Amino acid sequence: MFDTLSDRLQVVFKKLRGYGKLSEKNIQDGLREVKLVLLEADVNYKVVKNFIEKVREKAVGEQVFRSLTPGQQVVKIVHEEMISLMGGEYQKLTMAPNPPTGIMLIGLQGSGKTTTAAKLANLLKKEGQKIILVAADPYRPAAIDQLMILGKQLGVFVYADKEAKDAVTICHGAQKAALSGGYDCMILDTAGRLHIDEELMRELREIKESVCPHEAILVADAMTGQDAVNVAKSFDQAIGINSIILTKIDGDARGGAALSMRAVTGKPIRYVGTGEKIDFIEPFHPDRMASRILGMGDVLTLIEKAKTGYSEEKARELQKKIAEDAFTLADFRDQLQQIKKLGPMGQLIGMIPGAKKIAKKTDFKDDDKKLVRIEAIINSMTGSERNNAVLINGSRRKRIAQGSGTTVQDVNQLLSQFSQMQKAMKQMKKMGMVPGLGVNPFKKRRR
Amino acid sequence: MEAKSTGLFKRLCQGLSKSHNALVNGLERLFVHKTRIDEDLFDELEEILILADLGVQTSSQIVDKLKEAIRQEKIHEPSQLRPILQKILIEMLTPFQSPLDISSSCPFVMMVIGVNGVGKTTTIGKLAARYGQQGKKVLLAAADTFRAAAIEQLQIWGERAKSAGVIKHQPGADPAAIVYDAIQAAKAREAHLLIIDTAGRLHNKTHLIAELQKMKRVISRELPGAPHEILLILDATTGQNGLQQVKQFNEAMEGITGLALTKLDGTAKGGILFSIVNELAIPVKLIGIGEKIEDLRNFYAEEFVCALFEKSEGNNHG
Repeated sequence: MFDTLSDRLQVVFKKLRGYGKLSEKNIQDGLREVKLVLLEADVNYKVVKNFIEKVREKAVGEQVFRSLTPGQQVVKIVHEEMISLMGGEYQKLTMAPNPPTGIMLIGLQGSGKTTTAAKLANLLKKEGQKIILVAADPYRPAAIDQLMILGKQLGVFVYADKEAKDAVTICHGAQKAALSGGYDCMILDTAGRLHIDEELMRELREIKESVCPHEAILVADAMTGQDAVNVAKSFDQAIGINSIILTKIDGDARGGAALSMRAVTGKPIRYVGTGEKIDFIEPFHPDRMASRILGMGDVLTLIEKAKTGYSEEKARELQKKIAEDAFTLADFRDQLQQIKKLGPMGQLIGMIPGAKKIAKKTDFKDDDKKLVRIEAIINSMTGSERNNAVLINGSRRKRIAQGSGTTVQDVNQLLSQFSQMQKAMKQMKKMGMVPGLGVNPFKKRRR
Repeated sequence: MEAKSTGLFKRLCQGLSKSHNALVNGLERLFVHKTRIDEDLFDELEEILILADLGVQTSSQIVDKLKEAIRQEKIHEPSQLRPILQKILIEMLTPFQSPLDISSSCPFVMMVIGVNGVGKTTTIGKLAARYGQQGKKVLLAAADTFRAAAIEQLQIWGERAKSAGVIKHQPGADPAAIVYDAIQAAKAREAHLLIIDTAGRLHNKTHLIAELQKMKRVISRELPGAPHEILLILDATTGQNGLQQVKQFNEAMEGITGLALTKLDGTAKGGILFSIVNELAIPVKLIGIGEKIEDLRNFYAEEFVCALFEKSEGNNHG
């Protein structure tokens, strides 16, 4: 998400930065373009108007005209305003002082509530909480089954009552179960509904009054258009929401809805859904997102991703192996899998400042495919081959190529790359540099 | 307007204007309360259109067309603008109005595709019921093997539609294999209509789009000339990204045959449709205006635009 928005803004900014001195007209023209870009990104018309007005006020002030780099100054103002538009700093989901913490997910049909419920359950479970999921959608065919299947996959208990005809009864029963079962957190997956459906909105209010959730979260589709603000406002007015989760941001929508909903309701966006799989949910950091939108990269998220994808234990193990010259193809495969866990290459590159231009020229889908191919080759080896690459002679190479659907050339290439890697590692060892994450070179023990 | 007399039109109006919507109220403000036709009015009109998701480009085109019409027809009163604007909008959509017709082939094979959560399975359920009521033999293929309980959901719709059989495999199975079985079954059982439910996927996910292409290949191989219809479902609340969705699915499938616009009963009015036909010229087949089976309707440009302008009863205080 936000990629195309970012590309378009880069062009506008480049022009602005090009001026040695900015006249008021330069700023006007620049801001008109920013306005168009934001409108095409589905940022709400009124939000855009306010945003541009604020930037203009600040931009025509003394500071910009006196600055040696006026264009840069304007970009800085846009950046700051964008952060404040999206809600400043990341606001973490808090837990109730007395468990169970009730979390109620609400939203339109098809916004992704059930998937989000499962993702959230998975996330909180990893934090060590005991979760109960509640299937509170008795209307959509098979909605209850969907949550039950997801719960089973996650190993999370799902409270379901297929006999109950209304959601209020279900939620009430679930709360009792959550209390007596000693659960830390109860996530209610309610039915999708239109914000103008009086009857169903009343039902939500009744659920809220009966369960008193700690947090009511609006789940919204990142591809929503101008109507996003109506939806957010209506749900907030009728039910009272505490925060927002934005789904499907892995599409190519420019995400204007995100900017608008927060601006209109004043409620923070806590998480964003970044893919179909259960792990694909991320905290929403407005400051980092603003940087990403303006093409300034997002190194912090990249580092965090690297940390979660790569445990310290693994890093130490690897270090030891390199120290003992015991780095094998099996370890190599492990490494590849770690890299893959971080996400598609193209996505990662977008987080490095300035790297987007390079990413444009290279097709990272090919690189992702290459990784898959290398993995396939290693998978087609026997265990002893993986641990001792020297074994792999001509006929074995042929077999491996056949088994992995590649050619002998591919296998050869991989093996020669691998031997180069081994050599490089030996070199590094000699020089006293052992790679690995979380290693402090100053703390190294003397040998 | 002859369509206006029918009960169906009324239902459409109700569906489309359940609430105050920005479009109707904004236009009302413009055409009734303004006294002069000036640049201000045009600016405001453009704002209203953008707020209805018509997009910057299409909105300014419409405003230009309106200016042109005003010049030609020598109009001075804002109150005269409404029918002209209406006419412009109808003219934009009419060439792309294309009601669903399954009589061209037997079995008629329809693939239903779209991003996640737009209402594919629900639309299929309604279609199955519609054609079931007409006495057609309908088969449904549960080729969404990814989303949990998607197969069960389709099966429940199949049971509701009574006459519809459901071809399914296990969750996680290759959708192309289900499609293969479904085509064989449709031929063997002499079904009139086979509807293939696919998993929701974002249009920028190459590997998932490749899966759709494979399904299409299997269909054409097993039944030359098929699929007869590749229907793309679009959520009316979608903003400018709708253009990308249509564009990329259209390219990947080498031509989708039509669109269905769902969830028109919300406050969003599907303004993106104007941009889509304007820029991509894709036929529009169906609109969904509510949860009931009869709320899935063939698309008629005139009806659609008139309903956009209609204020529903009980909503006159806006």
